Amino acid sequence: MKICLTDARLIDPELGTETRGSLIIEDGVIIAVGADIDTQTADEIIDCRGKCLAPGIIDIGVKIGEPGERHKESFRTAGLAAAAGGVTTIITRPDTTPAMDTPEALSFASRRASDVTPINVLPMSALTKGREGREMVEMGFMKDAGAVGFTDCDHVVRDPKVFSRAMTYARSLGALVMAHPQEPDLSKGAAVTSGKFASLRGLPSVSPMAERMGLERDLALVEMSRVRYHADCLSSGAALPALQRAKDAGLDVTAGTSIHHLTLNEFDVDDYRTFFKLKPPLRSEDDRQAMIAAVASGLIDTLSSFHTPQDEESKRLPFEEAAAGAVGLETLLPAAMRLYHAGDLTLPQLWRAMALAPAKRLGLAAGRLSVSAPADLVLFDPEAPFVMDRFKLHSKSKNTPFDGARMQGKVLMTLVAGRPVFQKNCFPKGLP
Amino acid sequence: MTIRAKHLLGIENLAPDEITTILDLADQYVDLNRRQQKHSDALAGLTQINMFFENSTRTQASFEIAGKRLGADVMNMAMQASSIKKGETLIDTALTLNAMHPDILVVRHPHSGAVNLLASKVNCAVLNAGDGKHEHPTQALLDALTIRRKKGRLHRLSIAICGDIAHSRVARSNILLLGKMENRVRLIGPPTLMPSEIKELGVEVYDDMREGLKDVDVVMMLRLQRERMDGGFIPSEREYYHRYGLDAEKLSYAKDDAIVMHPGPMNRGVEIDGTIADDINRSVIQEQVEMGVAVRMAAMDLLARNLKSGSGDDAAIYA
Repeated sequence: MKICLTDARLIDPELGTETRGSLIIEDGVIIAVGADIDTQTADEIIDCRGKCLAPGIIDIGVKIGEPGERHKESFRTAGLAAAAGGVTTIITRPDTTPAMDTPEALSFASRRASDVTPINVLPMSALTKGREGREMVEMGFMKDAGAVGFTDCDHVVRDPKVFSRAMTYARSLGALVMAHPQEPDLSKGAAVTSGKFASLRGLPSVSPMAERMGLERDLALVEMSRVRYHADCLSSGAALPALQRAKDAGLDVTAGTSIHHLTLNEFDVDDYRTFFKLKPPLRSEDDRQAMIAAVASGLIDTLSSFHTPQDEESKRLPFEEAAAGAVGLETLLPAAMRLYHAGDLTLPQLWRAMALAPAKRLGLAAGRLSVSAPADLVLFDPEAPFVMDRFKLHSKSKNTPFDGARMQGKVLMTLVAGRPVFQKNCFPKGLP
Repeated sequence: MTIRAKHLLGIENLAPDEITTILDLADQYVDLNRRQQKHSDALAGLTQINMFFENSTRTQASFEIAGKRLGADVMNMAMQASSIKKGETLIDTALTLNAMHPDILVVRHPHSGAVNLLASKVNCAVLNAGDGKHEHPTQALLDALTIRRKKGRLHRLSIAICGDIAHSRVARSNILLLGKMENRVRLIGPPTLMPSEIKELGVEVYDDMREGLKDVDVVMMLRLQRERMDGGFIPSEREYYHRYGLDAEKLSYAKDDAIVMHPGPMNRGVEIDGTIADDINRSVIQEQVEMGVAVRMAAMDLLARNLKSGSGDDAAIYA
């Protein structure tokens, strides 16, 4: 069966172009794309009416509450949120309870995911057992079980000996090690970034320098071990020169940032609003601008939501005690449209960061609009305005910083392997 | 005589005219408090609950006396001992108390912003009696009243705040208040005890005491908490006293008629020399305590007027 999407604004992150044209899908893969392709032989024609058609978003670093915190998010609800947000592949974080550190748990979670959601779910493994920074996990088995990367998430591996050994071992497997660059002693107890806002509000704060120190240390270890390394979420301009140097030196290093750090700054916390408490914390406006420029230039490779569901009880606390993190699967695309409408980033630049670069880094065939790539696609209207209502989110947790915000950008259809998983604000029946 | 705010959470959201209103009324209460018959019925029939999640003797006593002199039914709750130990969240505690229909809640909490959170969940007037390192508005108001009465004005003065600025809510509220009333504010202290980017609040920052005190009208000393003295923030108590403790020699750099203030409790021989603290020509520390009761009476009286009239920002439920 051939499906043809006609009259679309094709967002091609590989070529960096936006063109008017059509796209044909057969057996779950793209078989033709462009302006002058034959659309007559298709069995089904979907008229895109000039809306944007782009590769589905690949979101690295999604937290799902299975196992351990299913009241915050399950694979099923995360899948619904992803489909509604144009995300076709979720890369899950191992900071579950208990941590994802055995091959048995990893395959169990993968099976659970494929039973309950049509979205692609690829798991990451913990780097050390229990994310405690002492002994490495069974990396070989984990990789065989499907782990696409190894990370202890926000638990920084303090001991450089442990970290360098884990990196060296990972290199022999060709595995990707991800880390949260941070000097843990300097950032201990911090709730916000240091500066005027922190001083005014009297909140414990951390200098962005702690991120740079963490990154510099990690990069020195990468130079030693020659492992493939990805910094999960950089947030400050101070860290960027180190990243540039490492890339210039030919190290196999990439880095990501979060949509919140590109669209919000420290002052958004305002009157101790805990939905704006993130890790790393929201930074200054200068840092936000520096991060946008780095995404535009490609120095920062990937852009993710860092979807972190938290229930109301974890957030309805004094700011210092409240849990960090925000949900983002459904708001990633409309928030990214803020950057597009502000003229900060073009659509191909955004999709390079949200789809192509994550795919390349993880060795996935998706993330492209080219022939023989999987037909994981999102059709969206970048202009459509709406007011965000957090209770309409599909995630179990509703902790979005964009509640009540005026946004633009609505997903019209999400396809995974050529099958619609979200269409006209509905989830088609019969899918897992 | 009214103010617009429903709660008194900080100086940040008070306008200069509201500050003046509070101080003017407080002046009247100073007179009342000096009489033998000290009673007013401004809060008669109202219930005031003091919720202190952090130890306090002086502030709690001051609020209690203020409430009683105005005729309120005052209740003190030692929150450290009670429900939080049993795992109840701040919001639940607030809702529980709210159900008992208090009219004024006076709250002190160790976390910055906790009082704002609590105020958003209850429908009585909330007074911040100090939250973390954020604000302590009645302290800044009583300091302002003391200065105004001693100096005859509360504008175009040069005022130095000295010591542990970083951990001080008193300093933050004072910086905001004195700035709003158009004074020159200097902050003096070791850089480890100075908040980052504090200059952006329109203050001058000094790490040399003598330089900073030059020609100031008012010297405000801050308390240095014992736990900061163990080498983490400053090398030792005696080095701190040597460099930043207020003694006659350092004070000589200030104007001849400069007054010395301290929010208490004092560490004699750490941040302030005992003889300076006791010098009735310079030290106004006892006056500050006296002004504290009057300012708290004025603040609660004004908030209660809003309760009765149903006005005050944040759509009063009492209407």
